[in-house]
Amino acid sequence: MLKRYNINRDILTLSAILIVAPFFFQNDFYYEIAIVSLLNALICVGLNMLMGYAGQVSLGHGAFAGLGGYIAVILGSRYGISPLFSIFIAIVTMAIFAFLISKPILRLKGHYLAMATLGVGIIISIVLNVEDELTGGSDGMSVDSFTMFGYEFTDSLQWYILCAFLLVLTIWMFTNLIDSPFGRVLKSIEGSEKAANSVGINVSHYKSIVFVISVVIATIAGSLYAFFSGFISPIEASFSHSIELVVMVVLGGLGRIYGAFIGAVILTILPQLLTSFEDYQTLIYGSIIIFVMIFMPKGIASVYEDVKGRVFASNK
Amino acid sequence: MSEFFGFLLSGVTVGFIYALVGIGFTVIYNSSGIINFSQGEFVMAGGMSTVFLLKAGLPLGVSFILAIMITSMIGIVLYKLISFSKESSQISLIILTLGFAIFLRGLAEVVFDKELHTIPSFVGDGSFDMFGTTLTYQSILIMIVSIVIVTLLYFFFKKTKTGQAMMAASINVDAARLMGINIKKILMINFALSATIAAIGGILLTPITSTNYEVGIMLGLKGFAAAIIGGLSNPFGAVVGGLVLGILESLIAGYVSSEYKDAVAFVVMLGILFFMPGGIFGNTKAQRV
Repeated sequence: MLKRYNINRDILTLSAILIVAPFFFQNDFYYEIAIVSLLNALICVGLNMLMGYAGQVSLGHGAFAGLGGYIAVILGSRYGISPLFSIFIAIVTMAIFAFLISKPILRLKGHYLAMATLGVGIIISIVLNVEDELTGGSDGMSVDSFTMFGYEFTDSLQWYILCAFLLVLTIWMFTNLIDSPFGRVLKSIEGSEKAANSVGINVSHYKSIVFVISVVIATIAGSLYAFFSGFISPIEASFSHSIELVVMVVLGGLGRIYGAFIGAVILTILPQLLTSFEDYQTLIYGSIIIFVMIFMPKGIASVYEDVKGRVFASNK
Repeated sequence: MSEFFGFLLSGVTVGFIYALVGIGFTVIYNSSGIINFSQGEFVMAGGMSTVFLLKAGLPLGVSFILAIMITSMIGIVLYKLISFSKESSQISLIILTLGFAIFLRGLAEVVFDKELHTIPSFVGDGSFDMFGTTLTYQSILIMIVSIVIVTLLYFFFKKTKTGQAMMAASINVDAARLMGINIKKILMINFALSATIAAIGGILLTPITSTNYEVGIMLGLKGFAAAIIGGLSNPFGAVVGGLVLGILESLIAGYVSSEYKDAVAFVVMLGILFFMPGGIFGNTKAQRV
């Protein structure tokens, strides 16, 4: 039963960690970092599917998350639509948007999606900065509180539970998806597009689907982040946020579902730890990325898997 | 009409800088397949080093040469880091260049500072009157130096043995290696050359737009756009790409909206990607899957 639905040791471990973690949180700041980590992890799970399984890099997911967030927030605050429904509209809009971008681009081979998403992402962040009547410009805009089925989210713990639940759910769905025929198609595309094509797989179609899914997840996370922090600014949609997300995925481990989680948590916490280094913060941050990419090019999760492999091998 | 020429000339001036950054992109991309996100930081390193070497009291010429040497050393360091990392995918190497860009920004913050700096024009503050508009000596210098660099590069790639080896390596690495070309050496020269061109761009630009530790981000991205517009497979396409961008940007800032000036590069880039993915001068069509 458990096996059939892919409820394996890894997902139970993750759930256990997420349940135990709040007992170590001393104040709201811990919760805030945890919630941001979870939302980043959520985006990264989708991005990892695109990068690690469909072999396409997106340099615009920060912008997609930010734009999705803005759409939800603007619908809520300017047109009085309820949060849940405005997130739904944001999801539909962004899905169509992603589909339209992906169609001409994903027929091409190589890093073209990376280039196009970079361009789209920067245009999005410029538009959000300039159209200040609608978006509040570079000062950002405040966001009303989040309600779901008449239930208002005021407490950090509520947010933590919602985000943790969403993350586990998404990871569980992806584990299932990757073990399905759809997942095997993706793996074959990542392995060799030509081979996949020659056995009759419509490669660009599958890549488009994965791209749309990853943008939808980014939109959900981006909207929730806006509602959680009560504020949204173009920084969420900036190029550097997009880059941060890609770095999280690669640092954690491309094509490793839990890698995205590990990468997101580490890179969300790291800047907080580095603030004590003041002027040297950026320097150290960059050095760590270089270090990981040189010595663990397959990401931190690969090291964990090596260790796990050795431990279980020696048990036998 | 004179207003139009004014925009045109300032567009051409900036366009040449985008062109230099774009050439740097294609030189590395063609030889290694890596999109080097540190390219803009090379430009910053060239400009900032010059500012601080001049501040230290060194004469102009010495500062230029030292700044170019420092930047090309930085390029070689990046190459060494890339060659250190074994069994890497191209994606992780691209992330490495992103990390290196962040590292260089951090280094500039620590070694230099976070202020905005400028230096006086190298050729005096004079200007010509042309088509009813003024053209500063510094702009003319930028145009002349850029044209000289592009011409030299052309002859380097066409006529010298090293240049030919670099072209061969960019067309087919394995075949080039079998012909006895030392690929590692070629790659290192590519990174150093790319950094050198970027540094010259950074130095030339500083008197016009001033510089700080973050100036490389946008410059790098626009150079990247210029390279795609011209066609990534052809280094000289980036020159046309850069000029097109510079001119359009300047005209749109002047006649339409200065707020959307920075978006021009990316709108044009997307148009090219959608409708002619090989770029204006790409000699091969981008392959369809």
